[in-house]
Amino acid sequence: MRPEPVPAEPRRPDADVGLAAVRTRLAWRRTALAVGVVAVLTARLALAGGTVGVVVAGLAGLGWSAVLVVTFPRLGAPVARRPGLPGPTLPMIALSSAGFAGLGVLLVLASMR
Amino acid sequence: MYHTIRRWFDPRELRELGETPDYRFSLANERTFLAWLRTGLALIAGGLAVAQFLPPMPLPHLREGLAVALLLLGGTVAIRAVDHWARTERAIRLGQELPASRFPAVLALLVGLGAVLLVLAVLVQAARNT
Repeated sequence: MRPEPVPAEPRRPDADVGLAAVRTRLAWRRTALAVGVVAVLTARLALAGGTVGVVVAGLAGLGWSAVLVVTFPRLGAPVARRPGLPGPTLPMIALSSAGFAGLGVLLVLASMR
Repeated sequence: MYHTIRRWFDPRELRELGETPDYRFSLANERTFLAWLRTGLALIAGGLAVAQFLPPMPLPHLREGLAVALLLLGGTVAIRAVDHWARTERAIRLGQELPASRFPAVLALLVGLGAVLLVLAVLVQAARNT
């Protein structure tokens, strides 16, 4: 026997408010995962380069950990009723992404020598 | 320049500007920033992948050049994402027009041009091998 269809609740005027916050939190998680992928690729490239490479790979791991710590309030916090501006989190995740790019350029240039 | 960078890190100044908008707009602006950042991260990941997974190319150092170009492009996209976020937030609070930008068009042209050059490189390699 099929269950009775549940009648749709009337849409509350603020129903979208929580959804906007949830969408934003999921976007932060996707971005943190993307930084993780970049960190793994950086570490793999660095490990081709001997002892210095191991140190650089460790730096890449530390970098990702730092990104997770800094963005934690936006990744896992319960959805606030009135979320504030993200503050320094935002430039920090962008600058660390650019940092991975810079590290990658150095590694590529070092591999050419 | 210094002032702009300081403003990225210190949102208090931004908070005092104009009127506080419906925060759904601020969250949407934040998600747009994150989408740009992921675009930049994809370019960076592409550069890192080119550097370690691509076989040597017909032209010397073409592989390294490609990797460095992708990495620099990705870094630029990431930094510009913050600047665009701050300018958009400012415009929303002051009730102004959203900032217009040529950057997406330039990025699209650069990526398209890069793809065409790579197709040529693949064709040159195929012609040499036959």
